[in-house]
Amino acid sequence: MSQASFVAHHEPDWQRLEAGLDALRRGRRRSGAAASERSRDRSQIAGAHSIADVPDPSELPALYRRVCQQLSLAQARGYSRALIERMQALTLRAHQALYKRHLAPWRQVALFLAVGYPRLVREQFRFVLFSGLLFFGPLLAMIAGTQVNPELAYTVISQDQAADFETMYGSEAGERYGRTRASDTDVLMFGFYVKNNTSIGFQTFAGGLLAGIATAFYLLYNGAVIGAVAGYLTANGYGETFWSFVAGHSSPELTAIVLSGAAGLRVGWALLAPGRYSRRRALLEAGRIGVRIVYGAAILFFIAAFVEAFWSSIVAVPPATKYSVGIAGWALLLAYLGLPGRDRAT
Amino acid sequence: MASTPPGLPVIATENDKLLDTRLTLETPEGIELVLAPAGPVVRGLAWSVDAAIRVAVYIALGIVLSGLGKVGLGLWFLLSFLVGWFYPVVFEVYSDGSTPGKKAFGLRVLHDDGTPVGWQASLVRNFIRTVDAMPIAYGFGLATMLVTDRFKRLGDLTAGTMVVYRERQPRPAPAARQPDDRQLLAVPPPVALLPAEQQLLLDYADRVPRINPERALELAELCPSLAGGQQAADRRLLGIASYIAGERA
Repeated sequence: MSQASFVAHHEPDWQRLEAGLDALRRGRRRSGAAASERSRDRSQIAGAHSIADVPDPSELPALYRRVCQQLSLAQARGYSRALIERMQALTLRAHQALYKRHLAPWRQVALFLAVGYPRLVREQFRFVLFSGLLFFGPLLAMIAGTQVNPELAYTVISQDQAADFETMYGSEAGERYGRTRASDTDVLMFGFYVKNNTSIGFQTFAGGLLAGIATAFYLLYNGAVIGAVAGYLTANGYGETFWSFVAGHSSPELTAIVLSGAAGLRVGWALLAPGRYSRRRALLEAGRIGVRIVYGAAILFFIAAFVEAFWSSIVAVPPATKYSVGIAGWALLLAYLGLPGRDRAT
Repeated sequence: MASTPPGLPVIATENDKLLDTRLTLETPEGIELVLAPAGPVVRGLAWSVDAAIRVAVYIALGIVLSGLGKVGLGLWFLLSFLVGWFYPVVFEVYSDGSTPGKKAFGLRVLHDDGTPVGWQASLVRNFIRTVDAMPIAYGFGLATMLVTDRFKRLGDLTAGTMVVYRERQPRPAPAARQPDDRQLLAVPPPVALLPAEQQLLLDYADRVPRINPERALELAELCPSLAGGQQAADRRLLGIASYIAGERA
């Protein structure tokens, strides 16, 4: 078959495929079968294409396969480059439209948050545990150490920083950090916490790529600093102010740090011990798992920032209430991570 | 590759394969997609444009929010956080795989199998960016790009994505050749031509409308055995091409 008759014979197929892809794109933009119905009616009224020219989306796969076959023929017969390029562009476009991954519908997202995420965390429990040890180990050690010798805190924080914390939590009458804060400062602190803490969480995850070493470093360092501050303030008599302040947001924030660390360690593990897979393959899988853990961590950071900015500094609430809220927060969070999705037999 | 047609200068032997960074992916339908991965220089330029846009956004937000005092500052932290981490992700997922910087240089992000990039892959590749940017100025990312095939940085390796040049708009389909005053007769070729040689003539025929007549003649005279050494060598070649394409006058 010569090129001219080939083009004449198959041109209608290519035009139908292009029309179908255009309609698909328009329909996707307005998201809904109803939309593509409307556009088809509209084009019928406008007379731009007769309905026969715009294929239904269900016809596209067969049409695409036919055009692919025609492209192979054209290449085998050595038709002109311009023609082949045109067909290649068309098939590439169709390939991308047909094989495009679809966004998870809301229902799937809700299911993931309700059940999928706790299951994921439990599956990666080894890494969560290790991350928890790397974080809480130095934290608790620092708290204990500073009770014996408050100056131990200076190994990780500078004297100026320690002094700043003291003024913040200073419990002179009426000078408490819990002094009623104007709500505009609350918004300021909210934005600050989101930016600061979540960025640290993301970086902790990314650090997993350096064989998890950067992640481990972030966890150890942040654990030590937080422990040093907590221990230092407790040892110097600001304990009640400090603990009642942090009680509320401690559960989401510390859990988020541990989860980001677990995600990073999972990625690092893929590099160190890929098992039966090549390192590249193991890294791909670990990246996917890790980023899904980070979804939850990011949400927790957000919640922590919200609580820290708008609740933790309210003076009117007595410490006892704050402690109970904090403990309840921990219980809820651990229950969320531990219970949903257990109905399947182990 | 078949032996070159007589009369054309030999420019490469069979053993010389020309270097080409183009990538062919075989689809489940058995055809090959041809893509061209983008190298570090153009990606760096695209990144600079994106960085400049982000800085401009931060400044603009700062100016707008400065009037709101502390609330404004808090909002600025929040928005600059979102822009900083999610600007590339949102554009890659919703804008056909290109941020504005990439669009300016004609690049896009795809999965390894040629499909448009999705949420998970885009988030992974952009979070890992912090490691790519180490120790300074994307040192690790650059080193990785030069070492892997397809110019992947660490984020691309972890997410299974790659950055390619956008497909050029295909040249307009060869229009039906306009009959001109000198009738273009389809002329059978004097020798049997191999498929590759036939394709060469068809390509020549496609190019002729785009180049000036002197150049067309000059090219045709490279092939005396087909053109026959006549005055209108290009006309004769067009005639042969027309015959091959199956157009009968």
